[in-house]
Amino acid sequence: MDIQLKRGLLDVCVLASIKDEDSYGYKIIKDMKPYLELSESTLYTILKRLENAKMLTVRTAEHEGRLRKYYHITEPGLKRIEEFKEDWKEIMAVYRFISKEDNVNE
Amino acid sequence: MNKEQFLFELKFRLNGLPQSDIDERVLFYSEMIDDRMEDGLSEEEAVAAVGSVDEIVDQIMSEIPLTRIVKEKVKQKQPRKGWEIALLILGFPLWFPLLIAAFAVCFSLYITLWAVLIGIWAADLGLAVGAVAGVLGAIFYVTKTNIMGAIFVAGSAVALAGFAIFMFAGCVALSKAAFILTKKIALGIKTMVIGKGTEV
Repeated sequence: MDIQLKRGLLDVCVLASIKDEDSYGYKIIKDMKPYLELSESTLYTILKRLENAKMLTVRTAEHEGRLRKYYHITEPGLKRIEEFKEDWKEIMAVYRFISKEDNVNE
Repeated sequence: MNKEQFLFELKFRLNGLPQSDIDERVLFYSEMIDDRMEDGLSEEEAVAAVGSVDEIVDQIMSEIPLTRIVKEKVKQKQPRKGWEIALLILGFPLWFPLLIAAFAVCFSLYITLWAVLIGIWAADLGLAVGAVAGVLGAIFYVTKTNIMGAIFVAGSAVALAGFAIFMFAGCVALSKAAFILTKKIALGIKTMVIGKGTEV
């Protein structure tokens, strides 16, 4: 996939992965794996960016005798997902336009 | 490499960044390795899955703004000793002009690079303009019914156009190289600043 396109998708994907319940780093990577390959360093940068943008909050909780960070989505984070879905409707319309051109050429 | 070695090397290589940044990164990778081990991977496998220290450090370096690194360097960890301050002040007339001169030399070298680039682009543009002028000249000669002149000028125009196109490819390649070099220099400065941190 095109790198620019992937970058835009990643933020929303990470938000979507913590939408229903709080999640932690490794689980986010595992949940996204079937859709988008994500490295640890990239995830760290994204989480940091989303935290700074107040789209998620972080809490540390104990798990099996060690500490683990859990990420929780906020209102602006949920709003971002909805915005993305709205944008995507427009993108799909453009996609249909592009595909139609293809069919004509064939 | 086991987890402890991995985290130690990561910490060591990030030396020079703000301490809070380092701690947070190390905690993050530590958690990632633990979670992978809990998932059934061996310690070595879990470390390998997280990626090499080199890759991680490279990515962090390219993401962190230079100003943040410099700011961290300027913050003194230990107060300077009295004689150090005295030496700094007394030596000011000596080290300050030298520092400025060193910066000026580096900067002028860099500017020269771009000046050369602008020069060759200008030369290429000159060739292209010459080609267009040649075509116009040829048309002018035809209207004056000077066929020999027209052929000569048209031929020259074609030759100039050929050179211009040939040079264009070279210009593009050189410009690309200059951009890559600029990126490398920026990364080099960052590593230099970080490197000094390990000496202290």
